[in-house]
Amino acid sequence: MNPQPAPGNGADDVALVGKAQAGDPEAFAELVSRHERSIFRLARHITQNEEDAEDVLQETFLKAYEHLDEFRGDSKFYTWLVRIAVNQALMKLRKRKSDRSVSLDETFDTGEETMVREIAVWAGDPEQLYSQEELRGILASAIDSLPPVFRTVFALRDIEELSTEETAQILNLSVPAVKSRLLRARLRLREKLTRYFKRKGDDVFAYL
Amino acid sequence: MSLLTCKDFLQELNDYLDEAAAPGLRREIEAHLAECPNCWVICDTTKKTLRIFKGTDLYPLPAEVHSRLMEALRRKMTGGEPRS
Repeated sequence: MNPQPAPGNGADDVALVGKAQAGDPEAFAELVSRHERSIFRLARHITQNEEDAEDVLQETFLKAYEHLDEFRGDSKFYTWLVRIAVNQALMKLRKRKSDRSVSLDETFDTGEETMVREIAVWAGDPEQLYSQEELRGILASAIDSLPPVFRTVFALRDIEELSTEETAQILNLSVPAVKSRLLRARLRLREKLTRYFKRKGDDVFAYL
Repeated sequence: MSLLTCKDFLQELNDYLDEAAAPGLRREIEAHLAECPNCWVICDTTKKTLRIFKGTDLYPLPAEVHSRLMEALRRKMTGGEPRS
């Protein structure tokens, strides 16, 4: 049940994109089937909601189809798709939380002193401590607890496996900004999971 | 004896985990990890965090969501809305 990140290099999309641009519907359908899982998962991580994720999925591919002629191959086709999807997903979030604007530049709560609170050794096979269902619940609630910009950066870098540079380009952030958000996201998730995965009996040493 | 402080280590943790740290820095990090149990735990548990997330597809695409997407595209490709 491994996630299927987008093919690491979208180089083999090039021929399909060319055919799709020339009007071959099957080539476009093939591009959809290559990337739909990744786009849906990403949208679901950002919007935290299946219905919104489905909307984002459809909007992304419909827009991509409409604007296919504008794709010039300056980036990978997959990166272009992800950019559309992230914009759509963030728009949904903003709409939903119209009282609180969602900005990728949020600077709240980035104090380094809060980055690491609990230090405890984990059990040898942490995944084996829980059923598959429980594990999924733990992971989902950990990632859902991150602010939008952190979970977006984490989803792009560590789940869909885009590079730091691609992530920066997609989010219009600098490379150092992506790196610092990713570090905070990773450390926060580590912190959340520690609660579930730490070796029993180590509590006494758990705090600095 | 490592020259890195724990704070330096945290700043470099990402690149270290992504195997993007230059060899010299990498050696310094490893020297620090060998003598600092807290940083070793942070490094080990962050590594495991990433491994667990990468190994679990939290949101597989439901078959009906896929079908509705294909249907929407089919309508778009064949139907009234011309490509702009």
